[in-house]
Amino acid sequence: MFGTYANEDDIRFHTIGVLVDNEPGVLARVIGLFSGRGYNIKSLTVAEVNPEENLSRITIVTSGTAQIIEQIKAQLSRLVPVHNVRDMTLDGPRVEREVALLKVKGRGNKRVEALRIADIFRARAVDSTNESFVFEIVGNTEKLNAFIGLMAPLGLVDVARTGVVAMGRGVEALLGMMSD
Amino acid sequence: MPKEEFSGAEIVLKALKDQGVDTVFGYPGGVTLPLYDEIYKQNFLRHILTRHEQGAMHAAEGYARSTGKVGVALVTSGPGATNTVTGLTDAMMDSIPLVCLTGQVPTGLIGNDAFQEADITGITRACTKHNYLVKDVADLARVMHEAFFVAANGRPGPVLIDLPKDVLMDQAQYIEPAKAKPRSYKPQVKGDAKAIEKAVKMMAKAKRPIIYAGGGVINSGPKASKLLTELVAKTGFPVTLTLMGLGAVPASDPRFLGMLGMHGTYESNMAMHGSDFMLCVGARFDDRVTGALDSFAPQAKKVHIDIDPSSINKNILVDVGIVGDVGAVLGEMMKQWKALKAVPDGKALKNWWADIDTWRARKCLSYKKSGKMMRPQFVLEQLREACQGKDVFFTTDVGQHQMWSAQYLNIEKPNHWMTSGGLGTMGYGMPAALGVQVAHPKSVVVCVSSECSIQMNLQEFATAVQYGLPVKVVLLNNGFMGMVRQWQELFYGERYSETRMEVHPDFVKLAEAFGALGIKVEKSTELKKAYEKMLAYDGPVIIDARIDPTENVFPMIPAGHPHNDMILGPGDTVETANDEEDVVLA
Repeated sequence: MFGTYANEDDIRFHTIGVLVDNEPGVLARVIGLFSGRGYNIKSLTVAEVNPEENLSRITIVTSGTAQIIEQIKAQLSRLVPVHNVRDMTLDGPRVEREVALLKVKGRGNKRVEALRIADIFRARAVDSTNESFVFEIVGNTEKLNAFIGLMAPLGLVDVARTGVVAMGRGVEALLGMMSD
Repeated sequence: MPKEEFSGAEIVLKALKDQGVDTVFGYPGGVTLPLYDEIYKQNFLRHILTRHEQGAMHAAEGYARSTGKVGVALVTSGPGATNTVTGLTDAMMDSIPLVCLTGQVPTGLIGNDAFQEADITGITRACTKHNYLVKDVADLARVMHEAFFVAANGRPGPVLIDLPKDVLMDQAQYIEPAKAKPRSYKPQVKGDAKAIEKAVKMMAKAKRPIIYAGGGVINSGPKASKLLTELVAKTGFPVTLTLMGLGAVPASDPRFLGMLGMHGTYESNMAMHGSDFMLCVGARFDDRVTGALDSFAPQAKKVHIDIDPSSINKNILVDVGIVGDVGAVLGEMMKQWKALKAVPDGKALKNWWADIDTWRARKCLSYKKSGKMMRPQFVLEQLREACQGKDVFFTTDVGQHQMWSAQYLNIEKPNHWMTSGGLGTMGYGMPAALGVQVAHPKSVVVCVSSECSIQMNLQEFATAVQYGLPVKVVLLNNGFMGMVRQWQELFYGERYSETRMEVHPDFVKLAEAFGALGIKVEKSTELKKAYEKMLAYDGPVIIDARIDPTENVFPMIPAGHPHNDMILGPGDTVETANDEEDVVLA
């Protein structure tokens, strides 16, 4: 902790997990901290994970120099409703997933091609009309980006993404769903 | 038998009592009527009715800073609440523990743009340590106690509780403080023993050490100041203090080099710049302290003690960061220093002090006493002498007079110096002095201000007179917004754009209009008598001291310059040229 950093000016992406009290304003506090101090948010997801203990989990993908990333974690930690902050990027191997829904409009060859690529990416068609599909795809950010890129020339008209959720691999629950 | 129930207003009062609160500063309004009705019915709580909610906030700050207790303000919804924003931000920047209770429209009307409705939890989210909107009276007691815990523990700060009118009238059970600890907020008090040991070993090796301490020492309590003074004596290290830290080490301590930073002494800034080891205690490497970041104490190994982990490595990367309460960490440091039988490098220290003495010999705070008009420095030196031997608390407003006060008043004790450091709030001084005087009725409380700053919360003279609070206000009146004028002179080609107010009230008559005493002083020879009269008078006093408008604050490090690049007096210039960015006051 608090050492000097190698390559301190490099901009890096970090996935940060935050366990918070599920109370009004908590998300505004987190977002306000990022905007007020000029930090970046690449993606942010939040949902209740433990209704009995009234806890929610926020996953933020952010970028900055090592010093900025340290600051972001320290600033998050000092918010009163925050129980625990973990830097998933530093904690070791992890699984990161995102869900996207894509609407692709088209007929003929483009439509067939869209279906074929969806199959390769293990995307599912969850809605269909004679001239459109809605695909659901699960994966990490790169996979989703690649899929969306391939769909663009095939009649892509609408995209919705959830943002990243993450969990460390292995037996340990570094950011559990309990308050302690 | 079911447990007894109380109204929300009664619960607020019970919680204040259990938290040891005996004074609130406030201003009533429509939605806080139930609370004011309860205040009417009881005796333990003294309510000081200010003339403006901002006054109530700064008074609560002065009260808190001078006692170490949590200051409490109580205001109504809408404009009452929005008027607290400056005070909250001020307390946030300077780490002052406050609980601010705001009224709110009834829960059913929230979001309807009701009369005197403001989303004050939304507005103050960025300028409070935490805030609450209590929608259910069942949560009220817990929230009250939690707010006091959060305000006072960790790095102190302001906490706001928004109280809808119906919640104040609804009934619920009361919960004792012990049963209402927050479940997530657990600040680290004790420092990491290994890090402390490492720091102690670095201290023993230091050849050109400096201790740089700040407001965190004051916030930690008088014990921390005592420990710091002991550490300074034990090690023989020189010590410098930030604006917020003044009083943490007595100004008369021979090892105290004076304040550091933009208007710090030559010797403290040179010692910072030349040091090979820096122990930063409860300070935060503020830009007014560091100057240019890339040439800040370039050779120094740095140890930083702070209760707020986000302060460490924020502006300056340090070699050892110790998260913990300053008092606890300094205590442990002393223990380890003794246990390791550490001794400072005497020979190196002797050389280091010889360097420092050369810098001291420049006498950077000397000034020309002659001249037609009074010198502000002389006005303050005389004030200091007039107050000698008395238990005196000083507050200031913001600007040149504030910097001169920091340089010339020589604060001897912690909690005896109240100033708006981080936010730089003009209008802070007078209401803050009221809060100090309420807490210390027998002491002398002096607010050093200026003809401009004082007019930002002038209305509070009426409060002083109403409650018989004999605060003494000394105006360094130079007819200008002096600090901005100084920058215009030095960096904007003497184009004095809008820094002169051509009309000021007659402060003597003004004092009389409020029922206070006013004294105008134009000659140095009249000062002593004026101060005698001021101190003998049993009531609020304004001294209108007319000073030389051309006098500037020196030494000065222009913004963005390194510590060894100081302007020592008129005619002196810095070596490196200014660029556009340097000359921005903010």
